[in-house]
Parts: sequence; structure tokens; C-alpha cells
Amino acid sequence: MLYTEKVMDHFTNPRNVGEIADASGVGTVGNAKCGDIMQMFIKVENDIIVDVKFKTFGCGAAIATSSMATELIKGKSIDDALALTNSAVVEALEGLPPVKVHCSVLAEEAIKAAISDYYKRNGIDKEVPEVADHCCGPECHHH
Amino acid sequence: MNETNVKRIYADHAATTPVLPEVVEAMLPCFNETWGNPSSLHQDGQRAKELLVSARATLASTLGCDPSEVYFTSCGSESDNWAIKGAARKAKQGRNKIITSKIEHHAVLHTCEALAREGFNVVYLDVDSEGIVDLDQLRREADDTTALVAVMMANNEIGTLQPICEIAEIAHDAGALCFTDAVQAFGAIRFNVKEIGVDMLALSGHKLGAPKGIGALYIKKGVRIANLIDGGGQEKGKRGGTENLPYIVGLAKAAKLAQSRLDDVPRIIKMRNRLIDGLCALPHSKLNGARGARLPGNVNVSFEYVEGESLLLWLDIMGISASTGSACSSNSLEASHVLLATGLPIEMAHGSLRFSLSHSNTEEDVDRIIAATAEVVSKLRAMSPIYPGN
Repeated sequence: MLYTEKVMDHFTNPRNVGEIADASGVGTVGNAKCGDIMQMFIKVENDIIVDVKFKTFGCGAAIATSSMATELIKGKSIDDALALTNSAVVEALEGLPPVKVHCSVLAEEAIKAAISDYYKRNGIDKEVPEVADHCCGPECHHH
Repeated sequence: MNETNVKRIYADHAATTPVLPEVVEAMLPCFNETWGNPSSLHQDGQRAKELLVSARATLASTLGCDPSEVYFTSCGSESDNWAIKGAARKAKQGRNKIITSKIEHHAVLHTCEALAREGFNVVYLDVDSEGIVDLDQLRREADDTTALVAVMMANNEIGTLQPICEIAEIAHDAGALCFTDAVQAFGAIRFNVKEIGVDMLALSGHKLGAPKGIGALYIKKGVRIANLIDGGGQEKGKRGGTENLPYIVGLAKAAKLAQSRLDDVPRIIKMRNRLIDGLCALPHSKLNGARGARLPGNVNVSFEYVEGESLLLWLDIMGISASTGSACSSNSLEASHVLLATGLPIEMAHGSLRFSLSHSNTEEDVDRIIAATAEVVSKLRAMSPIYPGN
């Protein structure tokens, strides 16, 4: 099997799929040409991410990493969510094939994009940290 | 979700096929009875040689050529490499152009790229939206500097059949050789190598019920190409290596069986057309390849707003084996060069599915594939951020 059981679990039963109508922030990363787009919706109350939903167009790893990332930030503070790295997502999924690691970077980017949008909407003058582990290259995604 | 009790449907025959029981049966004696080296003069060797001669005659009869024109190789890729490199390196001075198409198998494309690095001038013919090569472009390009025209008989991804007789004629008018990769076509459609008029033709065993690790190259009498594998004088000194007799016997048996099964082709075409119609009835879908000039068992459809690997994983869970041209399913993370060459937008290439049927599939399989694909496509579209229907 190409993927771990954990990945297949999140692929076949993705958690937190959908949209949040009154989201506090929305982040969309990736593009259809690369074969994956992730859209992350967060609902923030008192600096806590009380709800998170996602929609993803992409491969098994893209869907599983989106699902796992939402699980890892739900109920967490904004700062904790910003501290989530792609390798933590990979670890939680018990590993990804090397060619698929870039999907986990996309999940990290989606969270950061959603939080950046939340900052912008609320006039919060803070910078979202850069994504540490860049993926396929400058032509891909939104670097 | 896990329909473990349901019989699995194998619809990936273009990737490989199971070895047929009759083929196994024909091969077995070569392991423990007729195990000799056909080059040996003693009886053990001569018994093996008889089987080798007979297998070559059988394969030749299915191709419509003389046994002396059939050379056994280790696989389709070796046959492709040998034909192209061999023809290029033996070409007359001044003939350093190789013309191929943009939709060839990587065994051909990467071989041509290797020759380009050696200094050969490689021209890649465009194809139209159905995957048919541009014959006008071929007529313009084929000239007195051309050594070889290499165009596949049938495409492995979209099943498009090329006008190979015309291609061979154009090549010959320019004084060039013509090679065709018939790995997908051999055993799937009826043809006679002499009527097609090519100088060389590659085929592979495991696409038609023989094991992996055996192929053949037809080389027309009088056509001289350089060796790829030098060795101990086997295959008339053209391809070294002790003959893989069990697999050679298996290939001959599989070719013979495939020929006898060609009467079943209309049934396969009927299933294919019903599968195409069923899948194309789903919204935002598109058939890749031609409707008419197409391999009997090939179906390739793109579904917008979903990604192929996800489709494949779900179908696999539902007991269906298929294939995709999506980048995400390949180690190179590149979308299908074939689909892109037909002008398909890259987004649609990511959402492509290939089903390749054979005589072992049934109408019931087609029904199940259509129903499962419809379910999976709508499941994935429901969570797709780009699907306009959400």
C-alpha cells in the first residue's frame, strides 16, 4: 500500500469537511494546474480556533493532510496553530511517501493563509510566519 | 465502504495482464524437462532448440512474417531501445534525423532523448485532439536526412490507433526506416506486419497473458540495425544472452491464444463503448482519444474538478483496478505527456481515469465501473473547492 492506514483513514473519512458561512478567516492555497487546491475556513473566538472546516481538490495525501491539519488546530489558540509545521502533520499521519510531502506543506500554508486573512479582517497588525519548508518550487502554489 | 466480499474488477489490462493458465502449462516443461541451452549440441540442448524454433515459428505466424524475422528480447522497452538506437547507429552518413511523436511511450521518448544527447536530430510530431499524428508535418519533416520514423501503433493511455500504413509509406518515400511500437496493439487488434509495411515492430508478452520479462522485435529481412546487446551469438548474432526458453514458449502460446481470441473483439468494443457512454453521461466529463480509431478495450475519460489519484484510491477500495494520468499518481509529479499533447488542459489531465478492458471483463463489470465512478466523482466533487455545483 502506498499510504499508511492513518492516511487512508483520513482520506476515506475526512474530518471537518465543508465551509463555515460566517468564518473569521478563509485561506486558499495551491492551484488546479499543480493538481491540488486547499481551502481552509476558521472560526475564531477569544483567540481560539473554535471551528475549522476545509475543502480540498487533490490526491489522497492532499485530502488526508487537510483533514489531519484541521484536527490538529481545532480548539487551539492562534499561536499554537501558527506553530504547526508540515512535519508535525506528516508525523500525525504516521508518514507520507517522499513525493507526497509537499502536500503537507500545502496544509501548513492553508492554515497560515486562513489566519492571515483573519488578521486582515480584524485589523490585527501581525505578520504570519513564513512557511519553513517550501515545496515543489517557485512555479508551484503561491510563493 | 470496504466491499471485501465483492469480486474485484481488473480494468487495467494496458498496465499488465495475468498469465493465462494455458501459458503457464506450456511453460512448465521448459523449467524441469526441456531445460537445456538451445546452443548446446547435446540432446538436452537440441530438445530445447526444437522448442525455440517452434515458438519462433508460432510468433511469426501471428505477425504474418517469416520466423527468421523474429528476435526475442527481454521486454518491450528493450525492443524499443534496440530498434531505435540500432537503426540510428547503423544509419547512412547524413541521415541523423529521427522522427517520432509526442505521445510515444517513455521507452521510445527517453531513447530518442538519449540519442539527441549523442547528437541526433530528434523531431517530435504533434498530434491532434484525438491523439492522431500530424501526417502533413511528417511529410514536411521526412527528408533525405531522416534515418528513422518511430510512431506507435496504438497509444497506451488513450488507445488512439495511428495511420501506421501511411506513416510507413511516408518514411519509405524519404528513404528512411519505419519502426512501430505495437506493445498495446499486438494481440488486441488484427494486423499483418507485411501489410502494414513497417521495417521493425516491438511487442511485449505481459500485455497479452504471457509473463513479464519477455518481448520481441520484428526486423524485416534485409534491414540492418546495430546490436544493443552483444554476446554469444544467439538470435543470429544480433541479440546476445542465453534464450529465455520458458518465457519465449509462453509468449508464443499467449500470441496464439490472443489471435484465436480476436473473434471476441466486437464484444470488447461493445463493452468499451457502453463504458465510454456511461462515463461521459456524468456531468463535466470528457472522453480522451478518438471514438473510432481506438483500441478495443481502452477507455480514458477526464472528470473536471476532481483529481485522478483520489478517484483511483476510491475505486480501488470499491474493488476496481484502474489507472490515471494525474501527476499526483506518478513519481515524477508530472501530468500525462500524452493528454497534454492532445491539448487537454492540465487540470483535466489531473482528473483523468483509464480503464482497459479485455476478454476477461463482462457487461456486469461495466455496470459496476460506471456506478462506482459516478459515486466517487460526486463524493470528491462535494469536497472540491473549485466545483461550481457546490
